Amino acid sequence: MNVISLDSIFALGEMKSQPAPEASGCTTSSCGSSDGPSDMAPEVWEKVKNHPCYSEEAHHYYARMHVAVAPACNIQCNYCNRKYDCANESRPGVVSEKLTADQAVRKVLAVAAEIPQLSVVGIAGPGDSLAAGAKNTLNTFDQLSQLAPDIKLCLSTNGLALPDYVHRLKATNIDHVTITINMVDPEVGQHIYPWIFHNHKRYTGIEASRILHERQMLGLEMLQEAGILAKINSVMIPGINDEHLIDVNREVKKRGAFLHNIMPLISDAAHGTHFGLTGQRGPTAQELKALQDKCEGDMKLMRHCRQCRADAVGLLGEDRGSEFTAEKVMLMDVDLDGAGFEKRETYREHVESERATRHASKAAAIAEVAHIAGEKPILVAVATKGGERINEHFGHAKEFQIYEVTAKGAKFVGHRRVDLYCEGGSGDEDGLETIINAINDCVAVFVAKIGGCPSKSLEAAGIEPVDSYAFEYIEESALAYYASYTERLGSGAIHEKIGADASIRQGAYTARRA
Amino acid sequence: MAYKIKASDCTVCGACEAECPNEAISFKKGTYVIDAAKCTECQGKFDAPQCAAVCPADCCVPA
Repeated sequence: MNVISLDSIFALGEMKSQPAPEASGCTTSSCGSSDGPSDMAPEVWEKVKNHPCYSEEAHHYYARMHVAVAPACNIQCNYCNRKYDCANESRPGVVSEKLTADQAVRKVLAVAAEIPQLSVVGIAGPGDSLAAGAKNTLNTFDQLSQLAPDIKLCLSTNGLALPDYVHRLKATNIDHVTITINMVDPEVGQHIYPWIFHNHKRYTGIEASRILHERQMLGLEMLQEAGILAKINSVMIPGINDEHLIDVNREVKKRGAFLHNIMPLISDAAHGTHFGLTGQRGPTAQELKALQDKCEGDMKLMRHCRQCRADAVGLLGEDRGSEFTAEKVMLMDVDLDGAGFEKRETYREHVESERATRHASKAAAIAEVAHIAGEKPILVAVATKGGERINEHFGHAKEFQIYEVTAKGAKFVGHRRVDLYCEGGSGDEDGLETIINAINDCVAVFVAKIGGCPSKSLEAAGIEPVDSYAFEYIEESALAYYASYTERLGSGAIHEKIGADASIRQGAYTARRA
Repeated sequence: MAYKIKASDCTVCGACEAECPNEAISFKKGTYVIDAAKCTECQGKFDAPQCAAVCPADCCVPA
């Protein structure tokens, strides 16, 4: 069994416990992280600090898994067609095998014993987690809350059935719920949802969207009252709801949503979805970022979503689901008494002490570049396999993380997938060209190592390959680079890169470990 | 008078089984099937057959 080596996460390999540091000295304004403990109430930080989908910082350290126990759905979306399943494909609504509640529980315990980074189990379909009476979802959660109480449980839903279950979810200790909200105006909704099934009836047209909208708002308000953190997912569909998502952002913020996650439409004729078949395009990287920037006010915006499969396993951006198929899990010796609890506990303690040091070190790095405040921001791409470090070889990267750097800090603003297309896609595509297109809006790419050939092509495209920060922390390195970049720009040694956009890979595929 | 499931179009999501008021739908040999003896097409209970109304693949049809 291929376990994620802790040494690969912490490049320096220190798994020993460290003394708890003094107060980190990270104040609200100086901390570069967009979602550190200084940005929220302590009780909220407690809830999100180990949840990779709710905290950008946590996603560098913690893994999640989805169990596909909810195949039935109660609405139809124009971007979804669950008949299509390619095992190498990664997008919501897609799974390789559906599980019963008992199979799911066994799978979770097997994964929890193997992957100490696991902190969250979510149910995200492949249909809707609360459709069909939510039977499998609640059964799975009830068992897991007994057998693995240290693991957080969460779910995502379209919200139609949510008001019927908020109290039940609260009673099961679920404190994270994601609602997919693509509109707050049924006029817009009718172009996204052809029908819903509600109160024993199929509704179509504008009425369907009106009911869905009312139920989503009611559900969100009930979550807020119950003290359950709500994340809102929105799919950005150019020409249909792109500008409208600013209204969505305002309405969900008003109702207490914790986090808004605006994702690009994934649309490809090969997926057989309505949007795919009618040629509806997804947004470019810059269109997506511009909309996210507009929506980012006093509400947090999620930028690190990988739009993962309803049966994904591992850190965000990787999927180890194929190691834990129902068949393989049946053959594993699964310890039903909270397998691996101690390993997970040790890992969590380690992350806690690591983080405190990190907050202080980021603040120090920001102080170093204070003299260049007010200079233009730059984007840099980073090859990493976790732990907030530059620790991946250029040629092995399945994705690049994108940071926007100013003198105020390096902010995670997105990721770009560059893994290879599976058969059926355009497999003959030049890999290096794909990467350059995906990170073309960046001025540099930070890697642990890179060969001479790709370096030349990158330089020709105006992207500086940088391996001098190998195995160092991302944010500190980005700030040091920013200082040198600004200085070189000022002296005329390099020229500003203007107007380059990047493409978002459509129907990108699962990142698999070699 | 009964409905049936076109197995070739069925995604095996089970939404129909949960909605059927007669418990006429069950999972057999990799797909869902409707027991014609129990199916009433939901007459007297609902405006439309529930399986057909909820099915994402529109594969619940008159037998």
